Amino acid sequence: MQQETRVTVDHKAGNGSSATILRFRGDISSASQDAVLGTFSRLPQEARAHLLLDFTQVEYINSSGIALVIQLLMQAGKAGDKVALFGLTPHFQKVFTMVGITKYAQIYPDEAAASQS
Amino acid sequence: MEIKPGATVEVMLPSTMGYEKVAMSTAASVAKMMGFSDDRIEDLKTALAEACINAIEHGNQLSSEYRVGVEMSVNDDKLEVKVVDEGSGMLNQPATPDIDRKMHGEEEARGMGMFLIKALVDEAEWVPSSPSSKSYARLMIRLNKEKA
Repeated sequence: MQQETRVTVDHKAGNGSSATILRFRGDISSASQDAVLGTFSRLPQEARAHLLLDFTQVEYINSSGIALVIQLLMQAGKAGDKVALFGLTPHFQKVFTMVGITKYAQIYPDEAAASQS
Repeated sequence: MEIKPGATVEVMLPSTMGYEKVAMSTAASVAKMMGFSDDRIEDLKTALAEACINAIEHGNQLSSEYRVGVEMSVNDDKLEVKVVDEGSGMLNQPATPDIDRKMHGEEEARGMGMFLIKALVDEAEWVPSSPSSKSYARLMIRLNKEKA
């Protein structure tokens, strides 16, 4: 019943800055550890410096999935990497704000806004 | 289709992660027929998903022998949902999650389900099992929150 989490990694460069984008699809739940944390840990160190997490194609997120995002932020924070999120529905923007994620990562409505971060 | 006060809808779920989505979509359909706004339906879906996950994982210990019962009762201006499992119930409620402690590794990253439930619905309670009834979580969401 849990839909697999698929993730693609994009690199975006322009205006003197670059970012790595993790584009998630499907569900983000307890079964998403490798898609979220595994993908992050396999990135070369230099690709993690400015990271954007794209939730535009995510259909379902539960508290275990949010916990994985928190763990990613924790690992990125230790290395001084900057992470921003975009593509969350208004409901999940509210939920992520409720649990305090916005203290550690900015949430943007779309990729264009997040890319300016 | 209009749904009348007094109507009840029941769903039985296997104790397997992912089936909470069946309860979410059923509750969303019932809430839509009652006239709930889209944002309140999203609140209900997330809260109910977390209650079902708790029941599947903690109440029924992911056992294929047990099922999670989801009972929805329609009232004039509110929807009540009971999520019933075979466990003994929640004796101690977990502390409110603290993002700073989580980020510093002083608290598990998980453990936000009950916090989200309480934040997203108008009433939530956890009733332990007794000789006459199974353990359940009861969620209640009002049609017009402002009038509560």
